Amino acid sequence: MANNYHARIYVTLRSSVLDPAGTAVESGIKQMGYSGVEGVRIGKYIEMKLTAEDETDAKTQLDRICDRLLANPVIENYCFEIDRLVSG
Amino acid sequence: MKFGIIVFPGSNCDRDMATVTQGILNLPTRMVWHQDTDINDLDVVVIPGGFSYGDYLRCGAIAQFSPVMNSIIEHAKAGKYVFGVCNGFQILTEVGLLPGALIRNRDLHFICDRVRVRVERNDLIWTRKYSKQQVVTYPIAHGEGRYFADEDTLKALEENNQVLFRYCSARGEINEEHNPNGSLNSIAGIVNQQGNILGMMPHPERASDAAIGINDGLAMFEGLVMAIA
Repeated sequence: MANNYHARIYVTLRSSVLDPAGTAVESGIKQMGYSGVEGVRIGKYIEMKLTAEDETDAKTQLDRICDRLLANPVIENYCFEIDRLVSG
Repeated sequence: MKFGIIVFPGSNCDRDMATVTQGILNLPTRMVWHQDTDINDLDVVVIPGGFSYGDYLRCGAIAQFSPVMNSIIEHAKAGKYVFGVCNGFQILTEVGLLPGALIRNRDLHFICDRVRVRVERNDLIWTRKYSKQQVVTYPIAHGEGRYFADEDTLKALEENNQVLFRYCSARGEINEEHNPNGSLNSIAGIVNQQGNILGMMPHPERASDAAIGINDGLAMFEGLVMAIA
């Protein structure tokens, strides 16, 4: 039986990749007066609904989608969280 | 010899490219919509610059799943020529035909300028009309052109002499001052190991008509014609 899931996907830059946008934002935060902030890195958040047999199937689908499209493994990592949607 | 220029939604250098291949060099040239899959008639597939699919997600990320892409991969694997410029280079890395990735410029600016690049080798059809270490001027226009690859990939690229163009000074010196976008090893363009796939951020097609001031790029197209004609 097919189930519906909601996925929240986080794509982040690998630590070896410089993030000049993150550095620029960090300097903005410091301008605000928060001098203790450091290590600002900008990533992406993607959410979607998907249909899958079960949680394992949902995770397999998401891994494929992330590996092939949502994240570029040369420069990015990803992780995700999923919840099963219970239809009313 | 026939050129095919791939047109994605958002490509914008496709006609510049055709102006050179068809307009200046008088070669058969066909615009190939990204939904087409039959490209058997082509000798050189050109993936032009622009903002395919609005650069959404990452530059070139969505274009890799266009229907034409499988045909381009087959074309490349058969040893035929594939030439990606700017967004085309980004697409070639996204689809895995070339290693590495193009990421946000070091200083965050979109750079629209003319830069000098050094031709690192001239034993490939792309650069046969240049001399080795020749310094040429090409335009660049990109926000995400900083070449990145992991250490091992970079080492392999250098060992196999896959770097075809590097950003440089007027005298051909390679240094950070003359590296406009922060590319690793000042890389402006690379080829695959066989040398039939070229990806580069600078635009030789926008430097191929003396009427617009620089025509250092024309030699690349002329070299291609000599090789395949």
